[in-house]
Amino acid sequence: MSRFSIFSLARNAMSWHQNWPSQWRSPEPKPEYDVVIIGAGGHGLATAYYLAKEHGITNVAVIEKGWLGGGNTGRNTTIVRSNYLWDESGLFYENAMKLWENLSQELNYNVMFSQRGVMNLAHNLGDVRESVRRVNANNLNGIDAEWLNAEQVKEFCPIINISKNSRYPVLGATLQRRGGTARHDAVAWGYARGADAMGVDVIQNCEVQGLMVEGGVIKGVRTSRGEIKAKKVAMACAGHTSVVADMAGIRLPIESHPLQALVSEPMKPVIDCVVMSNAVHVYVSQSDKGELVMGAGIDPYVGYSQRGSLHVIENQLAAAMELFPLFSRTRLMRSWGGIVDTCPDASPIVGKTPVKNLYVNAGWGTGGFKATPGSGFCYAHTIAKDEPHPLNAPFSIDRFITGALVDEHGAAGVAH
Amino acid sequence: MTEKFRTSHGTGVDRSSVINFTFNGKAYRGVAGDTLASALVANGVHLVGRSFKTHRPRGILTCGSEEPNAIIQLETGPRSEPNLRATQIELYEGLIAKSVNCWPSVNFDVLAVNGLASRLFVAGFYYKTFMDPKSMWMTVYEPMIRRMAGLGVLPREKDPDTYDHMNEFCEVMVIGAGPAGLAAALAAGKSGARVVLCDEQVEFGGSLLNSKEIIDGRPALEWVASAVAELEAMDNVRLLKRANAFGYYDHNYITVHERRTDHFGPGAKPELARHRVWHFRAKQVVLATGSHERPLVFADNDRPGIMLAASGQAYANRYGALPGKRGVVFTNNDSAYRVAIDLVDAGMAIPMVIDLREVADGELPNVARQKGIEVVTGAGIVATEGRKRLKAIEIAQISSDGEKITGAKRRIECDTILMSGGWNPAVHLFSQSIGKLRYDEEKACFLPNISSQKERTVGACKGTFDLQSALEEGMAAGALAAQDSGFGKGKAPAAPKAIVVVEKPLKAIWVVPTDHPVGQGPRKHFVDYQHDVTAADIMLAAREGMHSVEHMKRFTTTGMATDQGKLSNVNGLAILSAQLGKAIPQVGTTTFRPPYTPVTFGALAGRGINGDLADPVRRTPMYSWHLEHGATFEPVGQWQRAWYYPKAGEDMHAAVTRESKALRDGVGILDASTLGKIDIQGKDAAQFLNMIYTNAWLKLPVGSCRYGFMLKEDGMVFDDGVTSRLGENHFHMTTTTGGAAGVLDWLEEYLQTEWPDLEVYCTSVTEEWSTLSIGGPKARELLEELAPEMDFSNEAFPFMTWREGDVAGVPARVFRISFTGDLSYEINVRNWHGLHMWEKCMELGAKYDITPYGTETMHVLRAEKGFVIIGQDTDGTQTPQDLGMDWIIAKSKADFIGRRSFVREDTKRSDRKQLVGLMTENPKEVLAEGAQLTYERVNPTPAPMVGHVTSAYWSPNLDHSIAMAMVKDGHNRMGQWIYAHDRGKVTKVKIVSPVFYDQKGERRDG
Repeated sequence: MSRFSIFSLARNAMSWHQNWPSQWRSPEPKPEYDVVIIGAGGHGLATAYYLAKEHGITNVAVIEKGWLGGGNTGRNTTIVRSNYLWDESGLFYENAMKLWENLSQELNYNVMFSQRGVMNLAHNLGDVRESVRRVNANNLNGIDAEWLNAEQVKEFCPIINISKNSRYPVLGATLQRRGGTARHDAVAWGYARGADAMGVDVIQNCEVQGLMVEGGVIKGVRTSRGEIKAKKVAMACAGHTSVVADMAGIRLPIESHPLQALVSEPMKPVIDCVVMSNAVHVYVSQSDKGELVMGAGIDPYVGYSQRGSLHVIENQLAAAMELFPLFSRTRLMRSWGGIVDTCPDASPIVGKTPVKNLYVNAGWGTGGFKATPGSGFCYAHTIAKDEPHPLNAPFSIDRFITGALVDEHGAAGVAH
Repeated sequence: MTEKFRTSHGTGVDRSSVINFTFNGKAYRGVAGDTLASALVANGVHLVGRSFKTHRPRGILTCGSEEPNAIIQLETGPRSEPNLRATQIELYEGLIAKSVNCWPSVNFDVLAVNGLASRLFVAGFYYKTFMDPKSMWMTVYEPMIRRMAGLGVLPREKDPDTYDHMNEFCEVMVIGAGPAGLAAALAAGKSGARVVLCDEQVEFGGSLLNSKEIIDGRPALEWVASAVAELEAMDNVRLLKRANAFGYYDHNYITVHERRTDHFGPGAKPELARHRVWHFRAKQVVLATGSHERPLVFADNDRPGIMLAASGQAYANRYGALPGKRGVVFTNNDSAYRVAIDLVDAGMAIPMVIDLREVADGELPNVARQKGIEVVTGAGIVATEGRKRLKAIEIAQISSDGEKITGAKRRIECDTILMSGGWNPAVHLFSQSIGKLRYDEEKACFLPNISSQKERTVGACKGTFDLQSALEEGMAAGALAAQDSGFGKGKAPAAPKAIVVVEKPLKAIWVVPTDHPVGQGPRKHFVDYQHDVTAADIMLAAREGMHSVEHMKRFTTTGMATDQGKLSNVNGLAILSAQLGKAIPQVGTTTFRPPYTPVTFGALAGRGINGDLADPVRRTPMYSWHLEHGATFEPVGQWQRAWYYPKAGEDMHAAVTRESKALRDGVGILDASTLGKIDIQGKDAAQFLNMIYTNAWLKLPVGSCRYGFMLKEDGMVFDDGVTSRLGENHFHMTTTTGGAAGVLDWLEEYLQTEWPDLEVYCTSVTEEWSTLSIGGPKARELLEELAPEMDFSNEAFPFMTWREGDVAGVPARVFRISFTGDLSYEINVRNWHGLHMWEKCMELGAKYDITPYGTETMHVLRAEKGFVIIGQDTDGTQTPQDLGMDWIIAKSKADFIGRRSFVREDTKRSDRKQLVGLMTENPKEVLAEGAQLTYERVNPTPAPMVGHVTSAYWSPNLDHSIAMAMVKDGHNRMGQWIYAHDRGKVTKVKIVSPVFYDQKGERRDG
């Protein structure tokens, strides 16, 4: 792998950038791998990366029906935070946060992780109570969290409207200063490049059409490019996980919904932090290019179309304008949809399945992007050792049988 | 300043009506009908902007909404608006505009220094650097990038304008009012169908506004005028100008952004909504969205003075503004010859047409030759000169494969290039509708192929570039669309006659070579103007493995600027395809997403801003009384509830103390109208409740009430309330205030999806009834006075029953239920009697010193009794057993929702977090709600948390603080001391029963 730096950039500039190698190969599938990962999104690629890096397993293929990073990895609003309520989630996401903090250096790929601070607003007494509860839980778990009153909110984000006369006045907010945003595409590309350099085959335009299961053991995958045998198969296909798992006869407690996001035209900086409001369904930040990046609520119906309904965006912008009246004269430049896979308790499933050597990583809802490094790290451990890492053990599929749910509805960015 | 480039022609302007405006601080004159761009062209101003990355000088490139360069900050103050396209801004007197993202001026831009490092600033360079040292990303690199990025500036003030929404149905929606669209609207309109015709331009006519076509032997604009007049005369036709159809959703749902007042100037029509978003649901749609001319990708193709050919034609014909003094036309097709001819006719020197094709022998090239224009074929522009305005070009013969220069270069001085690389049908809406595209090799563009909705595409959008065919297609599609929606016989009216000119096919050469290999020398071939993306960037992306068109787009940012790739996408795709050695259709397009052109946030929000309009505020009929009596309000869901009623000099603590004591000692009154109420009827109603609630309902006698818990399937408490049996098959359910809508959804979901065989009907009656809760030892005396004909004795009217009768002269239902633990009655009256009843209670209660109390006192009183509030003491993770309420689960019932989960391993654990009371050592210290609990004072990180404080108050009746909490294994730990943590503060607390007051329940009966 040729190293990226200002020096390599300058050196390549001398030859008009004609000599940059491909960031990853475009290999043909081999007949057999130790591990086949289904889905070359952030999670699948990170899993491959850590399998190679942490566990020395490099005979790995990541197969992808479209282009790598083209699912939710490339469609989300890029928010990263770890201020989850319950111990299980808080510790899991905090591990991810620590990986984020070194990710550009780890991958030698600038993922533009920008710890500009994430505020979650409180609009009523119930919100305040839950916010304080979350701050206390975070602090005791070693996760940075602060409670801000309305004036402190205004100080941290001067354009926010804290008027008591607004429909849902801002009563305060939790703040995680270490939270922020990252460049989503770069995360997928950086992991792909890193995994590829260690020998992982990233195979695009290769759709899984069947799972080969014999006697309760996974043997490989049938794809649009032929059969690929595998000792282990790991699903990392987000919104389509139910569809793929069904090929092995596994029913998952997952519903897939359209979730929309949008960007405005680029403008000079107006907002320097990330502001989220669960109660009025807004989350907003400004990209380094100057666009406001905003997420909407999920469409209530289930579906696999990567587009949503306009009225959801209209409601969201109305709510945003209550908080940020100055947004009124900017313009929506592009809106799009992704498919979020949600579990009944708003927490993911990462672990083994009833089929031996087949693993599942899904149900991230709206929290998938921020989990990427942590998810890959723990999932790789689970696959390599055939048992979960302590951090993802609570997120086994068994919890829907035992009842040990991790109910994060309150902490999810969007109520599902 | 005189308009040096204004001609005496111009079909769309009125030269007698002068308009003064300011651009970049300098005063200019334009005329009525001008856009800002046409007025600048008339004044010879082409340098209007700087590029995003290297701040290269840029000129006006187009005349429409696809403009990437002429990006404007319009006006100042609260009505200032960033990022408008000069090509769409209609001129008005006193207009003030300036270029964005240049400093100190567009003429001298300091950041043009970036150009010196442009060899470093290739596609994706930022992924490769700014990583060392790590700390500098946040402190130096990123702040620098953020300062340099972004276009215009958002005003800081609140927007003074208003916006609104309209919803409408129609049979036929025609989008685009060019020749094909007008024809379609005429044909559909004549059938009597409701027709909507919208167009983003100021006037109807589309491309005809810019050309000198002849229809039925007259100038085409005369036909346009008569067609518009005919449409205006039809009552069944709605015409929308300045209306951009920006979204095409499922089921022919079309959204349109109409700009209604901008052309009058800022604030000129305050009585009108500035913009309107229309939501149309159409039975049939006709897409007549036209096409965009494609730029040619040649060396240094971005200098001011380089313009799309048809746009130059539009400036001359429509606005009477010549794009320059001396220009050349550079083309790969016949259409640009029309431009050369028109410009010569308008008085501009066009010495030459440079045609990439080896042969140009069509009708139009021959006419051009007759006009004395030199036609150079098999040649291309290989270099340009002039930093702030084009000065000269170099042309050369090009090999037939388009790969290299074959002959000597020839230098020609000129200030304008009018370029045409062919036409891209505007398939955006078609594609948004999930229609499938195909690539047409001969026309070198994507065309609609398979429709996915009830839609027809006509005219240039379908690749039908000749006028006669477009008119005929429009007529036919309009008639058929009407017929398919039930109007007319589908017979198309005769189309008018245009002059048919046969055009020869174009030749696609996607990158015109220069004297060094593309990307390996100083000359740049721009593909995406605004984002400074060059052909070399796309080739680099391909080299680096970005083989998917989506990767190329994201890596280079092609098509991600404010024009969203209208000019750049197909060129970029073609260059990528060539680099990969694949055919264009194999590489495919990126997804077309709404909006077609940017839509103002305010317009999308509509009236849904400014307080009440954001979300309806719900108030009870007694709201005015609470307000007059000084209540402070608490939002609960959409409701405003009285929180407490401070008297002069009282703070919340004092008021709540007074209110709490008043109820326990005398009588208090609470407005409980916000509680959710659901009327449940049907022969299976009792059976239904038996499944919904955990306790038994079949044998509840008529006239009785019962408190119930609803669980979700996982066995966790989801809502609670008292439900009363009004008749054998008739129940009155109450829910929590915030949970009402969710409960009704829940009931309906089960009725409709799980138990459709049950005959049960649920109706929300929350707002039908006002509810007054009267409690305290004196409550019975007051009720007896209010309703002398009713018997309120414990024997006649026991706890958990309800009675009907006249109270204070109006019919009422009185429920004997209690959320305070004291003797309590809830009077329900029709909502229009609510205020009367309240006032009557206050009047007759005066002698008992009746005290109104709010939600805060209610919370204190119920906490004294250990009654839970769903959503405060619970969070969706508590079973009834966790709450110490095993008694509410019927042991004998076969089933109810959530029952199955009780046998789950984790749900039946005995050491789950359980509801307990907490007492502090210091009686005055009130715990923080949300404090976390640990068994030990000192803990490692992460700390073993065993629960949290859910409710905490000062209890005036106990003269001690009290708290409720969820604590792991709490029921087995009564009397133990544990620790509460709140932001660094640790408090020692004792686990006690959550019932703090009247533990025997003796006060309930008065």
